[in-house]
Amino acid sequence: MTDILMPALSPTMEEGTLAKWNVKIGDVVKSGDVIAEIETDKATMEVEAVDEGIVDAILVPAGTAGVKVNTAIARLRGEDEAAAPAAAPAKAEAPASPAVPAPAAAKPVAAPAPVAAKADGASRVFASPLARRIADEKQVSLSGITGSGPHGRIVKADVENAKSAPAPAAAAPAAAAPPKPAATAASGQIPMIEQMGIPAGSYDLVPLDAMKKVIARRMTGSFRDVPHFPLTIDLEIDRLLDARGRINAALEKQGVKVSVNDIVIKAVALALKAVPDANASYTPEGIAMHHHADVAVAVAIDGGLITPIVRAAEGRTLADISKTMKDLAERARTRKLKAEEFQGGTFSVSNLGMMGIKSFNSIINEPQGCILSVGVGEKRPVVRGDQLAIATVMTVTLTCDHRVVDGAIGARWLQAFKGFIEDPVTMLA
Amino acid sequence: MALDFDLIVIGSGPGGYVAAIRAAQLGLKTAIVERELLGGVCLNWGCIPTKALLKSGEVFEQLSHLGDYGLGVEKPSFDFEKIVARSRGVAKQLNQGVAYLMKKHKIEVIEGEARLEKGSPSPKVVVALKAGGARTVQAKSVILATGARAKVIPAIGLAPDGDRIWTYREALTPKACPKSLLVVGSGAIGVEFASFYRALGSDVTVIEALDRILPVEDEEVSKAAQKAFEKRGLKFRIGAKVTKLAATKSGVKIDLESGGKSEVLTAERAIVAVGIDGNVENLGLETLGVKLDRGHVVIDSHCATGVAGLYAIGDVAGAPWLAHKASHEAIHCVEHIAGVAGPDIAAPIPGCTYAQPQIASVGLTEAFAKKAGHEVKVGRFPFRVNGKAIASGELEGFVKTVFDAKTGQLLGAHMIGGEVTEMIQGFALAMTMETTEAELMATVFPHPTMSEAMHESVLDAYGRVLHL
Repeated sequence: MTDILMPALSPTMEEGTLAKWNVKIGDVVKSGDVIAEIETDKATMEVEAVDEGIVDAILVPAGTAGVKVNTAIARLRGEDEAAAPAAAPAKAEAPASPAVPAPAAAKPVAAPAPVAAKADGASRVFASPLARRIADEKQVSLSGITGSGPHGRIVKADVENAKSAPAPAAAAPAAAAPPKPAATAASGQIPMIEQMGIPAGSYDLVPLDAMKKVIARRMTGSFRDVPHFPLTIDLEIDRLLDARGRINAALEKQGVKVSVNDIVIKAVALALKAVPDANASYTPEGIAMHHHADVAVAVAIDGGLITPIVRAAEGRTLADISKTMKDLAERARTRKLKAEEFQGGTFSVSNLGMMGIKSFNSIINEPQGCILSVGVGEKRPVVRGDQLAIATVMTVTLTCDHRVVDGAIGARWLQAFKGFIEDPVTMLA
Repeated sequence: MALDFDLIVIGSGPGGYVAAIRAAQLGLKTAIVERELLGGVCLNWGCIPTKALLKSGEVFEQLSHLGDYGLGVEKPSFDFEKIVARSRGVAKQLNQGVAYLMKKHKIEVIEGEARLEKGSPSPKVVVALKAGGARTVQAKSVILATGARAKVIPAIGLAPDGDRIWTYREALTPKACPKSLLVVGSGAIGVEFASFYRALGSDVTVIEALDRILPVEDEEVSKAAQKAFEKRGLKFRIGAKVTKLAATKSGVKIDLESGGKSEVLTAERAIVAVGIDGNVENLGLETLGVKLDRGHVVIDSHCATGVAGLYAIGDVAGAPWLAHKASHEAIHCVEHIAGVAGPDIAAPIPGCTYAQPQIASVGLTEAFAKKAGHEVKVGRFPFRVNGKAIASGELEGFVKTVFDAKTGQLLGAHMIGGEVTEMIQGFALAMTMETTEAELMATVFPHPTMSEAMHESVLDAYGRVLHL
């Protein structure tokens, strides 16, 4: 017998939702077959079989949320091995008739305690030893439980309350049901918000999905731990708008329409090449100086945001950047990005200009050293010599991680960026 | 009417004064009302002065075993007045300590007796001032921490008579050590006084109505304690019901009934230690509609009484009648009032008895654990094979641990022996943190210490004991 484990589809993935099984008990699978689909915080991905064999048991039913990486999700047996005795999979009192093959033997999330406990620091679940042991015995995942102990530590009572809530194990074998959020409401505790004076019944509680949790954790961590500061500058973009018009006229036949943001991406990349000190990440071992300008661009999607990356943008043509960005944004909205397409950028751009925002400060997207916040381009009075004039002006703010980028480096980078934006021809140099 | 305070605490024992300090820490404008002495019964008439007496008794008892250690004195003796004076001095020092703490935290101390009247957002507090006159104050919240006193049953003479029949209070400050003594009740208070007076040579008999002494402790501990006490010359009447206690010309006389037979015992003095009654009278609780149950105020899990703005903590809110339980409730209650996340009020509460030998326990007894439906694993380890205990000549007693066989949860720990009251917090911490036997086994206990017996007891529960 071989256990199929919940795969880590990206380096930071801690858990995911087992969205769909493409195989059922008794199916023969070959190495490379797509056997299941898994939703992570940011994308849906297919799981391919590594071993071959016959599906002997489905251990985690489709629709189970919060499945820890490395949890056994299914079991394969060799062609000559006998099927597991019927008693074993029936353990969880499958109400299933033999006609309902797949998730009947619901034996969810049997994450061995040591794995949960020793997972990398960031994902450590704080739980009392007793709570861990009971969770293990009851086969309840700690990751979905809200702790009521000091600093949110999970204690025995939390696990006991959680198990009486509809645990994934009890999910109907109909299985197509959307993943249930982990039980928090049933914990018997007065919700935090009510302890703070918001009366029960005066609000609806929307459960945190994986993306919301990741955003909350990463943004809180970054804002708290990264010593950040903003630098703001105004850019005149009349020449840029003029250039864009001519470029788009030239590219019309190719069906490409370059946006201001595409030009911003290009200028960002070139500025990073001009001031490489800004293309850097703080690490405890040293400052990582990146070879390429991998520009991550914030894209708002339903239920959160995601930052697909235009890799090595410094060497790409505007048409290429534009096409790449269009494709990435589209797939981001349907959550079809691959992990490597949204993880590992070296610099971020967030543009709220289309919403009329004049200027704002973004929160650093760790481990990147900087993030650029781009405001609206609008006609404003400017002073030329001693005369008032009208120009199209766009305000941008660079938020810097001071451990990597000092004020002077940030300012130099903005100077370089301003040069490219205000006189786009220089990008050809 | 503008409110005078954010919080008024009535009573300044280990519940009340801790509540006041925590409230001040959280920025609440706080007052505390005390009718007698700051620190309450605990440090004026209870926990602390008795420990001072018991230390004198313990040291004196050790003098009679000096030969065991290769030492000797001419003729051990004691000055009873000085023993009592030391005990009073200790109480005084701590009383002044509380006064200092109130001042440091800018808590207004109102000396007098409080009575509650209906009011909003919390009852009005009318204080009949010690200095004369009355003062009415009102706050957002009121915490009742009026404590408790010795239970008396005057109908059968179980009440102090001002001379020969005492409660703990009179027993703390007698003029002389009685030659013979009857102690009615074998709970912690009865056993401690019996232990003290016996150490000074008094002929002491302890009377217990239930079938064993220290009835709240584990049965094995009760048994071992009785044996250890009897070795020291204490006498017991177990399962004996008092039908009448009375003073006579020369002493006291008690009529007992036990198993259908009656018996009469006489002695010079008697101590009534048959339980505790909450101080719920003359506070105006009836008018407010505060719910009472058998002499104590009924509270919810945040110590609220059900009357708007009125809370109750400590002895007045019911068993266990322990200072640290009062302080624990105080913190929880005040943090609840202030709207900050509080500690889990359900934390296990250890209990200690400072007799010779000492007794300490936390959590469920073996019998209780079984009754509650647990399948248990029990470990025991005697001090007589513990190196430090042998070196110190403290061979009495043992450590017993009770685990849930399924989960490894430590359900209870029970200890009798030297300094076990200083060790029980190790198990209290383990239970509060919800450790299992695995963490306790993995913990390193220093050698040589008596605490190694704790470790061994855990190992014994899982068949892994090393030194037996």
